[in-house]
Amino acid sequence: MKRVLVMLLIASLSFALFAQGASEAPKAQQEIRVLLANHPYGELLKTKIPEFEAQSGIKVNFESLQESQLTQKLTTEFATGSSTVDVFMTRPLQEGLLFIKNGWYAPLDTYDFADYPSNSVDIGRKGNSAFIVPLITEWQVMYYRKDLFAQAGLKVPTNFTELEAAAKALTKDGVAGFGSRGKGAAAVTQLSSYIYNYGGLYLDKNVAVFDSPEALEAIRFYGRLLGTYGPQGVASMSWENLMPVFQTGKLAMWTDASVFYDQVVDQTKTAIPAANVGVAQLPKGPKGDSPFIVVSWGMGMSSKSKNPDAAMQFLSWATSKEMAVEAMLKNIPMARNSAWANADVRAKMHPGLIETQAHAAKNGYPYDRPFMSAVGQARDLIGEVIIESINTKGTSTKLPALAAEKAKAVNDLLKADGEYGGN
Amino acid sequence: MIKSGFFERNLKYLFPLPALLFVLLLMVFPVLYTLFVSFTEWTLTSGRPMKFVALDSYLKIMREPRFLDAVGRTFSFTVGAVVAEAVLGTTIALVLNREFKGKNALKFILLLPLVATPVAVGIVFNLFYDPTIGFLNYVLSVLGLPQSGWVTASSTVLPSLMLVDIWQWTPMIALIVLAGLAGLSNEPYESAKVDGASGAQTFFHVTLPMIMPTILTAIILRAVDALKTYDIIYAMTGGGPGYSSETLNILAYKYSFEYFNLGQASSILVFLFFLVLLFSLGVMKIRKKFEL
Repeated sequence: MKRVLVMLLIASLSFALFAQGASEAPKAQQEIRVLLANHPYGELLKTKIPEFEAQSGIKVNFESLQESQLTQKLTTEFATGSSTVDVFMTRPLQEGLLFIKNGWYAPLDTYDFADYPSNSVDIGRKGNSAFIVPLITEWQVMYYRKDLFAQAGLKVPTNFTELEAAAKALTKDGVAGFGSRGKGAAAVTQLSSYIYNYGGLYLDKNVAVFDSPEALEAIRFYGRLLGTYGPQGVASMSWENLMPVFQTGKLAMWTDASVFYDQVVDQTKTAIPAANVGVAQLPKGPKGDSPFIVVSWGMGMSSKSKNPDAAMQFLSWATSKEMAVEAMLKNIPMARNSAWANADVRAKMHPGLIETQAHAAKNGYPYDRPFMSAVGQARDLIGEVIIESINTKGTSTKLPALAAEKAKAVNDLLKADGEYGGN
Repeated sequence: MIKSGFFERNLKYLFPLPALLFVLLLMVFPVLYTLFVSFTEWTLTSGRPMKFVALDSYLKIMREPRFLDAVGRTFSFTVGAVVAEAVLGTTIALVLNREFKGKNALKFILLLPLVATPVAVGIVFNLFYDPTIGFLNYVLSVLGLPQSGWVTASSTVLPSLMLVDIWQWTPMIALIVLAGLAGLSNEPYESAKVDGASGAQTFFHVTLPMIMPTILTAIILRAVDALKTYDIIYAMTGGGPGYSSETLNILAYKYSFEYFNLGQASSILVFLFFLVLLFSLGVMKIRKKFEL
């Protein structure tokens, strides 16, 4: 008898350990799990979620993650089939193809996409279905110090020749004339507009062409500017390193994404008055005037969601027109057309952002990186070429061979993933 | 009253068994699973299912120059950091082994780097190291010395990272060696004194041989950790500039979470696992020699 009891005890003890995850009592209230990015829009949503819960009666469990951790978490959960995520913020250009290919997004066939520029929806489309609701747009701008330009008697540069002359004139007294991302993979997005303005591309019809003479000229120019007039250590700097340099007054011009304006002039972090910080469009190049304008963030629904109706309800609310206007009033540039047409928004948003957006929307190019599943590895490969160019101030004789080698490596990745050529 | 059946006699083993099994599973399963994945080709970017390819992932990774560089870097980082930590740590322990005023306060201060979170340490050191607005270059410029690129230049990045590791982990070696010193008996010192040994002779022929096993233990503990260093490097440079601070762990991270090439990432990790294992066995052998 005692033996039986002991065995029962052991069995029940060990069982209890494993049973926990499986026993979920049915709940009356619907619950969804949402993953947000540490992005101004994610922050805004967090403050609004209680309103949604009160309206809909759906309980929202949300988590906020830094962008690369978000990708990592989603990928791990989806790849191991253990995901309980219902709705998530997603980066269409970085992970869209990968997620669509693996069937991780649910098709959004009932969503009304009429209010979005069609090319922004197309990025997240496969066949007849769209998978990503575009949220945030981002384009390249040039932040510059109005006071330094005035002191030097310079005008804001409108082409690359003037840009280089201004960078040269402004590099003095411990101030770097020009900055932009130099840290290999992170620099790829910022270099893209320079390549377009020189008439080149990263990928042409899904073939890597960043070793073309046009692209090489752009890479040399970028390397020469950063190597000669950039802050010290620029080859390992991304935006998070450049921003404090700009904010402490050690940088005169800085080309980067439009989203940073509010942070740049945050008076708790900088000694430079907002009135001295200008936002201009990227100067045009010898063969083009096409800054990137991309959908940097979108929102998607998991194909494994156990609660698709509640998830759809949340998605529609989080990407609604009203929410877009609210975000725009906080200088978060949204993808919806109606948000840009809104009179309140136009009156309140920084005029530099409105002007540069209008220019980019008209002339810009909708990619800022090679659009492919293995984009992470491709960015590292292109990054090697960028760093070589910066370290040699654009003069490296090895550059054509290096670019050709890396272009071949990117083509090999495209081939391995079945994405090479075509389209 | 108690019948001596098998269960009754072995109750003390049976009760912890479920917990033991659970912990074993938690530790052994990931290792075995990684080993399994390392024999497959599994790239999420291709959308294809996992495929068994035997040693193909290993062969591919061996041909990758970045991997070979990372192996070299992992070694130089470990050797550089641990040797400096061992020398400094032993010196500090010898100083602390004497009686002087403020000894306890000094010990307390020494403990502080040990309890700091590596990522926070990395962020703070990055502020110090920043070439334009950082504290260290400011100090160098005040002293009239040439400025350094610190973690932003490929020539100085590895030593700069070692410096952080040394700052954080020297105290650990100091504390372990100090404990070893406290346990030494006085007799050999007395006989050395009687034989007329000098201070240096006493140190090299009496103290050092006696605490060598302790120092080697500390070195094993540190080196195993240093070979696997991830947090500080990831937080400070992410492996950059370029690939110039990419160690095996960082490379494996990139292969898995940036390239989604899980097969090759696993083969890197298995390689690292055996590297650490071989290294520990090697040092343990040396340690045995001293214990004789």
